[in-house]
Amino acid sequence: MPKDSGIGASDKRREDVRFLTGTGNYTDDINMAGQAYVHFLRSDVAHGRINGIDTAAAEAMPGVVRIFTGADFEAVGGIPCGWQVTDRHGNPMQEPRHPVLAHGKVRHVGDPIAAVVAETLAQARDAAEAIKLDIEDLPAVVDMKAALEDGAPKVHDDLTSNLCYDWGFVEDNKDAVDQAIRSAAHVTTLDLVNNRLIANPMEPRVAIGAFDRASGESTLYTTSQNPHVIRLLMGAFVLGIPEHKLRVVSPDVGGGFGSKIFHYAEEAFCTFAAKAINRPVKWTATRSEAFMSDAHGRDHVTRIELALDGDNNFTAIRTETLANMGAYLSTFAPSVPTYLHGTLMAGCYKTPNIYVNVKAVFTNTVPVDAYRGAGRPEASYQLERVIDKAARELGVDPIALRRQNFITEFPYATPVAVEYDTGDYNATMDTLEKIADFGGFAARRAASEKAGKLRGLGINCYIEACGIAPSSLVGQLGARAGLYESATVRVNATGGLVVMTGSHSHGQGHETTFPQVIAEMIGIDAGMVEIVHGDTSKVPMGLGTYGSRSLAVGGSAMVRATEKIIAKAKKIAAHLMEASDADIELKDGAFSVAGTDKSVAWGDVCLAAYVPHNYPLEELEPGLEETAFYDPSNFTYPAGAYACEVEVDPETGQVTIERFCAADDFGNVVNPMIVDGQVHGGIGQGIGQALLEACAYDEDGQLLSASYMDYAMPRAGDVPFYKVDHSSSTPCTHNPLGVKGCGEAGAIGSPPAVVNAVIDALQSGGSKVTHIDMPLSPSRVWAAMQA
Amino acid sequence: MIEAVKSRSRKRLITLTVNGEEHEIAIRPNAMLVDVVRDQIGLTGTKSGCSSGSCGACTLLIDGRPMLACSTLAVECDGKAIRTVEDLADGERLSPIQEAFLDQGAVQCGFCTPGMLMSVTALIASNPKPSHQEIKKALEGNLCRCTGYNAIFNAVLQATGQDGIKPIMF
Repeated sequence: MPKDSGIGASDKRREDVRFLTGTGNYTDDINMAGQAYVHFLRSDVAHGRINGIDTAAAEAMPGVVRIFTGADFEAVGGIPCGWQVTDRHGNPMQEPRHPVLAHGKVRHVGDPIAAVVAETLAQARDAAEAIKLDIEDLPAVVDMKAALEDGAPKVHDDLTSNLCYDWGFVEDNKDAVDQAIRSAAHVTTLDLVNNRLIANPMEPRVAIGAFDRASGESTLYTTSQNPHVIRLLMGAFVLGIPEHKLRVVSPDVGGGFGSKIFHYAEEAFCTFAAKAINRPVKWTATRSEAFMSDAHGRDHVTRIELALDGDNNFTAIRTETLANMGAYLSTFAPSVPTYLHGTLMAGCYKTPNIYVNVKAVFTNTVPVDAYRGAGRPEASYQLERVIDKAARELGVDPIALRRQNFITEFPYATPVAVEYDTGDYNATMDTLEKIADFGGFAARRAASEKAGKLRGLGINCYIEACGIAPSSLVGQLGARAGLYESATVRVNATGGLVVMTGSHSHGQGHETTFPQVIAEMIGIDAGMVEIVHGDTSKVPMGLGTYGSRSLAVGGSAMVRATEKIIAKAKKIAAHLMEASDADIELKDGAFSVAGTDKSVAWGDVCLAAYVPHNYPLEELEPGLEETAFYDPSNFTYPAGAYACEVEVDPETGQVTIERFCAADDFGNVVNPMIVDGQVHGGIGQGIGQALLEACAYDEDGQLLSASYMDYAMPRAGDVPFYKVDHSSSTPCTHNPLGVKGCGEAGAIGSPPAVVNAVIDALQSGGSKVTHIDMPLSPSRVWAAMQA
Repeated sequence: MIEAVKSRSRKRLITLTVNGEEHEIAIRPNAMLVDVVRDQIGLTGTKSGCSSGSCGACTLLIDGRPMLACSTLAVECDGKAIRTVEDLADGERLSPIQEAFLDQGAVQCGFCTPGMLMSVTALIASNPKPSHQEIKKALEGNLCRCTGYNAIFNAVLQATGQDGIKPIMF
């Protein structure tokens, strides 16, 4: 039953009022007294040696305050990488220096070479045009296979090659996997590309640096998903500013999808320059700059082999993947094709032998890092495409083949190092069959054919690992950070609560959902709870929001802190009612003594904590504020079954999505409306990947898709009406809310379903095509049909 | 070159009526309306998403018509009436369109929202009962990366008092 308050209620989003009235406070809406503006002069070649930068004429231009080049940053650190992968032979990955401004060489189109700080943005741009660059073109490496060939031009001269790492997972499985494939009754092999994408949150990145001479404190306003991580990385590794002298603020942030996790050079620049010129310095990315400086996503080239025995049981999976790192290692880049991808290669299936090999490659392209799903969409895409291909080769029903191989007993330890705590993949498939009306498909296909169209049905069963924790595990896997979350719950004397959370909301609605949880725990109105996030001077510590971790990890920290609050409040209530605190019960915002009619209201206890006239001062401190750090014992494992129905126009290759259904298991759900919205948005992005979006480079490393005219984002007319259902629920067994995370599911689950549906449609028309690489543009589909 | 830059930046005086209030302002002739509204008038509700007329985040109304403020020179708007997202609510009371966005969960990060609201406001002003196709067409100029568009579509249906607030195609 839908509830009308607390956990499970579709509370309307309180943050929306400011967004709907134009009173949100995004970073670009902030202007500081005396601020100067910076414009970055960026490389227009993919690879080149910087022989000279002549700024003399530019410095004489009107309004120019100062021009910075790479030489100004020699004394500070490079942009650090937060994850170290160890290769198959036990060696650390190759890790190049990433200067704030290019020094010596430029390594991708968009690499910043010089920064012009001026009184106005127009003056900074004009002056940048007067900078004389002497850059010697070098041959660029763009294609990953070419980059690994002997004698290929090196992106970094001081590295031994363009290979960042050659990773095997789990290396000890390799022989058994090879043997299982050799002895299999059937092996299905598929070569595929997971297309390179650009996250494209609608708000371009912005950074404003400021420095206070009086306090010696630096402040950075930035469009980040995790201001504390930026404080740590930039403060400790780049600029050498201790955390107590550095404040990082991420106010309202207009979407992230992963691309705003990372520490970017522009943030370090603005913080550094503000101190150097003793004025605030503001940078606002243009959209083209966003295309060529925001970390890109995906870009894997993979061969996957699936082995089956004579009864169609999966016996082994072997994959070989080339993963593009771009020109430098972005903050979490090395983890995406490894620990966020290899660990998910079991999918929902009991395959006893799995081996994943990933070669990460440097190229003269923009750095590649996490984008919504990050590694997990790549895993799901390979697995669900190869299963579909195997079903066709064996002449079996693709759903039956999946069901036959589903993991059905939990906990389940996969051969790729993770243990699924709970799940019910048959239940989500049952839900899908119900909502997607598979029974009516034949009639719908017949109707499409009558209209001259081909109709196909595609299925995907995804699993993901969310939470990006625990610290002990990620530490073993190469993370250079802990991955807990913290929350401080402050109860005011008048009974209202303020939660300072290390999670960050940039569209997810935390200001609404987090209070719903506390309202449920205490039995008060959610309106009495306020959420504070996104400011390192207000929130003591945080690891931020990514990997669908906010509720599972940040929400759990908040629950733990609230439990401490309740425990202390019970002691105060016991004193007020002269009872034993073991007998105190909290219900509907009132404390009562079990078995009596004695009761004291929540607000009276809060007041007593701050006005301790009648208070157990010998046992308890006054005040009511608690902090908790929560480090989970495992990932969470949301899973689901998706179905897509497409029509293909055989004359043009145009694909239209006619129906899209999603049955997800997110565990417990706090706000169904918000969860629906997260799934909708994820599916929308997945459809974008499957049909429209392609980040394209030419062979010289020119970025061909650097505007919305060249990079096709889904528009309102490109998407169907989604039918989503999250009633199949197996609550997470190891966090206090039983929640799993829902932010990435749609983007993981939808691309394989779309591609499977298109292949199904083409084969129904007699085509023999077994695979087309995304995006399935009309020209690619049409060409495949002619083959 | 310096002389050329100077002459380019010679300011012009224009009059804009923004949300019913008249502003006489000095602008650079190459200033775009979005920058003038945000930086000089101080109304930051209008967003700049691409500066090239592709994403629709900067959509506002000029003499009642939805226009892209990033691609409109401010000098061209001399004497015209501009309406921005800040003018939609009546004090604390949201307009029916804003209310519908709130009810339907049509906002996530909020960055495309002002432009969406202005496009929808213009649609409904000229077409109080738009068909599904007309709604999709009206929204096509506004990119949203968060919602997948369904909730926004539902909000337009709600705001126009139409049945099928949760449109299911089967």
